[in-house]
Amino acid sequence: MRHRKRTWIPGLLLISPSLILLAVFVYGLIGWTVDLSMQDRHNARPSKGFVGLDNYDKLFNHDINDRFTHSLLNLLVFTVVFIVGTIVLGLLWSLLLERGARAEGFFRTVYLFPMAVSFVASGVVWRWLMNPGQGENAGGINAIFEGLGLHFLEGPWWTDPDWGMAAMAMPAVWQLSGYVMALFLAGFRGIPDELREAAVVDGATTFQLYRRVLFPQLTPTILSALIITGHMSMKMFDLIMSVSGAQWLTEVPAVYVWQTLLTRDYAKAAAISVFLLLVVAVVVVPYLIHVNRSEKRS
Amino acid sequence: MTTQTMTAPPRSDQAPAPAPGPRRRRLPNVVRYAVLLLFVLIVLMPLYVLVVTSFKSGREIGVNGQWTLPETWTFASWEKAWLSLGPSFGRTFQLAIPVALLSSIIGAANGFVLARWRFPGADVVFTLILFGMFIPYQAVMIPLREVVLWLGVAPGIPTLIFVHTVYGIPICTLIFRNYYATVVPEELIEAGMMDGAGLLRTFRSLILPISIPGFVVTVIWQFTSAWNDYLFAIFMSNTRNGPITIALNALAGAQSPDYAASMAGALITSLPTLLVYILLGRWFIGGLMAGSVKS
Repeated sequence: MRHRKRTWIPGLLLISPSLILLAVFVYGLIGWTVDLSMQDRHNARPSKGFVGLDNYDKLFNHDINDRFTHSLLNLLVFTVVFIVGTIVLGLLWSLLLERGARAEGFFRTVYLFPMAVSFVASGVVWRWLMNPGQGENAGGINAIFEGLGLHFLEGPWWTDPDWGMAAMAMPAVWQLSGYVMALFLAGFRGIPDELREAAVVDGATTFQLYRRVLFPQLTPTILSALIITGHMSMKMFDLIMSVSGAQWLTEVPAVYVWQTLLTRDYAKAAAISVFLLLVVAVVVVPYLIHVNRSEKRS
Repeated sequence: MTTQTMTAPPRSDQAPAPAPGPRRRRLPNVVRYAVLLLFVLIVLMPLYVLVVTSFKSGREIGVNGQWTLPETWTFASWEKAWLSLGPSFGRTFQLAIPVALLSSIIGAANGFVLARWRFPGADVVFTLILFGMFIPYQAVMIPLREVVLWLGVAPGIPTLIFVHTVYGIPICTLIFRNYYATVVPEELIEAGMMDGAGLLRTFRSLILPISIPGFVVTVIWQFTSAWNDYLFAIFMSNTRNGPITIALNALAGAQSPDYAASMAGALITSLPTLLVYILLGRWFIGGLMAGSVKS
């Protein structure tokens, strides 16, 4: 006895302003940037013509001092430390908390609070903490090691030419481990109690319980955590600008784009941006399709 | 935040799940709490440095005694920081509040349609929307400046409100879509239709009243993103018309920065988002945590 039949038209109408905005500001502008990256436009004047993939070729093969490759290597070191660090800490914290702990809310809030702070603000304190001075001039974390007599632990932090980016990832790990913990906690709480009980009845040890029963259930959570931290890493800009400023030693592609725009080399900046987008898309698009499929199945 | 995890907020704050099953050999509790507390100390260490240093006088910020409490507590650095950050502090509220409200309302409408008023191809459209939240914004930034100028949006805060709202649509849509898919039963919509309610009336009188948990998550998320953003801010504003991150970077980014004032500035910059987390964080974490409990 329906008084009204549901048709899908009003739904589409309600959502269409958003669709138009995203079509223009996400896909349209990406198309524009891709086009710009294939133009001969290296100053404020209009393009001198279409050059195909020349700008990309220059980035990889003819960049002065291999600057672009250098920024990619920096990003790689940063990304590995950032992802591994957040996942390890997030998993550890969630394991410590997932069975319920006294004052669990307190621990959760403390571990999660750095997420509320901007990279620009936390960069201020991490620049101080990662003071490269050692020995007599030790500052920040080095001063603690100096005071404890642990001289061998003192380091140049982000100013190290080879592994500086590993130190640069520390503030990022500090900020996002709590978020990854929350993701894992959600994952643990989503596992039905019956699964645990069944494993225990079968005589599983705690180790077996986690290894064979619980961790396999967390695969989607781990996947999400990897995607989230991974794509954040590709965008990393604020933190580096705040800790070291734009400089060769710590340059990543996102900072390179900014530096290139300051010289008004629009086509080159566009090419770097499009490459970053491709890296993200190669991982995220299959992931989104996978999520879409698995939702349909359930 | 992805479809798998960051989804529906719970109807009420969840109690921690009681340990099921018989007792087994576990990590002794003393060790567990010792480790937990050790990490509390490590995580809070930067906060300690910020607070302590911000109350020190210029003479005390040398190499010696960096980690100690100030000998004399002074507000001088806070005053100095406030002089540089004050104007942009107000402007950032004018930015973050409209962004949080606008993108949440848009997200709620979109999420409702995609969860409960679906049209053919809705899944593909949803995936296309989601992709927007993963893009590195550098890939749109160069033409974005031109388009916004061409549209005639006033520079500074209005421009930033516009771009944060637009690029916040994907995440807010995702949160609400998963929230509605979890908590709104199909029968509720059917019942509304029996009463002759169309889409808008169903949304307004049946859906919005039960949407508060979703709004808490999206409002916190968008407020924090807009408040903390530096990338859009540096591309589309300056110290005279931009948000507080720009002003803080100008204060702290000098070659030999005044660390006391910088740290006071970092605390001033972080206070609003920290307050939001402390006041509403319970529901936010609840929202994050309830994510995997799907219908």
